[in-house]
Amino acid sequence: MSSKRLSSAKELEELRKEILAKRDPAKPVITICTGTACQTYGSLKIYQEFADEIKKQGLEGSAVEARPTGCHGFCEQGPVVVIFPQEICYVRVKLEDVPEIVSRTLARGEVIERLLYEDPVTGERIAKDPEIPFYKNQMRLVFGNNRHINPRDIDDYIALGGYAALSRALFQMTPEQVLEEIKRSNLRGRGGGGFPTGIKWETTRNAPGEPKYVVVNCDEGDPGAYMDRSIMEGNPNGVLEGLIIGAYAIGSHEGFIYVRQEYPIAYENTIQAIRQAEECGFLGKNILGSGFDFEVKVHRGAGAFVSGESTALMSAIEGKVGEPKLKYIHTAVSGINGRPSCLNNVETWANVPLIINKGADWFNSTGTDGSKGTKIFSLVGKVNNTGLVEVPMGMTLRQLIYDIGGGIPKGKKFKAVQTGGPSGGVIPEQHLDTPIDFDELTKLGSMMGSGGTVVMDEDTCMVDTARYFISFCCEESCGKCIPCREGLRMLREILTDICEGKGQEGDIEAIEDIAEVMQDASLCALGTTAANPALSTLRYFRDEYEAHIKEKRCPAKACKVLTSYYIDPEKCTACRICFRNCPTEAIHGDKNIVHWIEQEKCIKCNTCFEVCPPRFSAVRKISGEPLPPPPAPGIEVIREKKR
Amino acid sequence: MVSKTKSKKSTKFSSAVRRAVGSYQKDKDMLIQILLDLQSMFGWLPQEVLAEVSEQLEVPITQVYQIASYYKAFSLMPRGRHIVRVCMGTACQVRGSPQLLNIISAMLDLKPYETSRDMRFTLETVNCLGCCAMGPVVVVDDAYHSKPATPALKKIFGSAK
Repeated sequence: MSSKRLSSAKELEELRKEILAKRDPAKPVITICTGTACQTYGSLKIYQEFADEIKKQGLEGSAVEARPTGCHGFCEQGPVVVIFPQEICYVRVKLEDVPEIVSRTLARGEVIERLLYEDPVTGERIAKDPEIPFYKNQMRLVFGNNRHINPRDIDDYIALGGYAALSRALFQMTPEQVLEEIKRSNLRGRGGGGFPTGIKWETTRNAPGEPKYVVVNCDEGDPGAYMDRSIMEGNPNGVLEGLIIGAYAIGSHEGFIYVRQEYPIAYENTIQAIRQAEECGFLGKNILGSGFDFEVKVHRGAGAFVSGESTALMSAIEGKVGEPKLKYIHTAVSGINGRPSCLNNVETWANVPLIINKGADWFNSTGTDGSKGTKIFSLVGKVNNTGLVEVPMGMTLRQLIYDIGGGIPKGKKFKAVQTGGPSGGVIPEQHLDTPIDFDELTKLGSMMGSGGTVVMDEDTCMVDTARYFISFCCEESCGKCIPCREGLRMLREILTDICEGKGQEGDIEAIEDIAEVMQDASLCALGTTAANPALSTLRYFRDEYEAHIKEKRCPAKACKVLTSYYIDPEKCTACRICFRNCPTEAIHGDKNIVHWIEQEKCIKCNTCFEVCPPRFSAVRKISGEPLPPPPAPGIEVIREKKR
Repeated sequence: MVSKTKSKKSTKFSSAVRRAVGSYQKDKDMLIQILLDLQSMFGWLPQEVLAEVSEQLEVPITQVYQIASYYKAFSLMPRGRHIVRVCMGTACQVRGSPQLLNIISAMLDLKPYETSRDMRFTLETVNCLGCCAMGPVVVVDDAYHSKPATPALKKIFGSAK
């Protein structure tokens, strides 16, 4: 890294040239994903092993480079390794594969067949990562740089053209022109609200009072969403650059980055990026010699979902309890310490440098009428290719789940997709061809939200899903206003009763009544939207509610109280697998003796059902019908003689 | 004798608090950050620590207590030597985290947010750790485990003394 503070646009370009001159584009670079998921699979050790092995085989220095990067997105196949310039992608790499990759692929350019991704449909091995269906159908404008960048080294970002947008904004544009460009790009807030970013910036810019603040919201609380984490971890400089450009347009000299406490790597990488950006002269006094000053502080959250709400987040930055306030006046006018404060989420800020570099017209060429650009989704749950995907706005849910996600595992049937987190709702099969954008999903009773996309199959109970989200919000409600605090408790009680077979006639109507009051009378967005999961499951899966209430039956056989496990004595071969895996010793039986489940000890953990080999399928789930009595003790297994 | 040990202990706390408060230049807006540092230092926030913070940072004890009791990251009770956290995020939920919690709860004989009598384990739940591809996930002392089966769990807990 350059030790000199840059003091002009020219010096930045010279530094970029200097970095690029040292880098031979033909030189093999091996990038190892060290996002959270891949780290769990041991990718840090693999990176170290690559570094050691390269030395051992005498390739160090100018011949090859090993680079740890942020999340590539293909978390299901981790640890992921990509070798440039050929873009050879190896998946599920193990420590023992490292010497071979170094000696064959890095040194001689050979492809190792067995480490390539295998298309589950065609069985074909695919060598290059842009050709893998998971990547092929994406448009990775914001997220794509992750796989080239070591987040701890600002040089990598500068080499890719980093901070060119800042330089352009500072030296070739007035703050008004930057603002105008963002307004014209029609960029909308990626955190879920979808509010036009340019208008928010303008409000803060024109609001009376100094100082003005700019804030990055990295308190990504929606369960099932982790794109902000991966951007902040993998390319913190991209977010910083967007923030500094925003500050320039708004006339702010002080910013905050609020990082969720559950994201320690994102916090550390952000701190490191700020330090390096200060040294290079992108932050601090007289940025790049332009006369513009800006500094930024990082705050860690302390574990409260509602802190992601703008007023609550700003209270937390003031060191207070993160409770929302009534928004008579927007935070853009009166936020942190009563000063104008412009808050955007991570992904929104990360879009800003792209727009400044390539222009509003370019940005407007992607997306739908009302929603421009791309959106990153975290595709999770019951889907084959779990991971982070970036697609143009307007792609249909079906394309997202089937073309990119590879469909539902184990040949199960798709039931619904949950979008928008705890404020969103479920979308059933008949609406899968809906284009995804800010407005279309809202019409279906859900929302795009921050991009969490949880796929559910036939084994997921919709009443239980509603109960899950309601209890989530119940725990996370700050308790300040009554409709949210008490409404959620009542909803949780009713839904729990239904799941436990204690539902009554009139419960569904009660849910609808409570939901209406909460929508009308709650203080902040958590309360007004908290009933959405219940309402949307009712809208599309009312029959499941009725089966629970009237027949005491859970159609998905997921609700514990309404479901029992039973081993079919005619199918059991006494293979002992369920016996060994049962955590509560509820399964009885012996070698050659048919097994049975002691219902009093059974905690319905589903383990026996999962481990019973499919060729026997002796374990059955029963709901809504009487359980057959256990077999008489000591029945021997009758085995057919091998022919 | 009793007062002597007490004063000794509070000196220990006061120097730790002084360091934490000092690293943020006694900035009152940094109260949450200071408490986070102290929480990770002690594993929980004893009453004496809260009192010290209030005194040294010159904020009312009620405000310190309000913060410490509001946010999930803080614990006002001592926690076990090993922290077992089961992710209850939506993706893990769909892939069977309630069953996993059930199994772990039965194995450790603890309900969520309980600590075993011998201070060996504390069981906690967490709402999404952002590694949804691996769900259901359990984190034992910062080591992430993806979809552990019963025998694997027995091994993990057995080696945590």
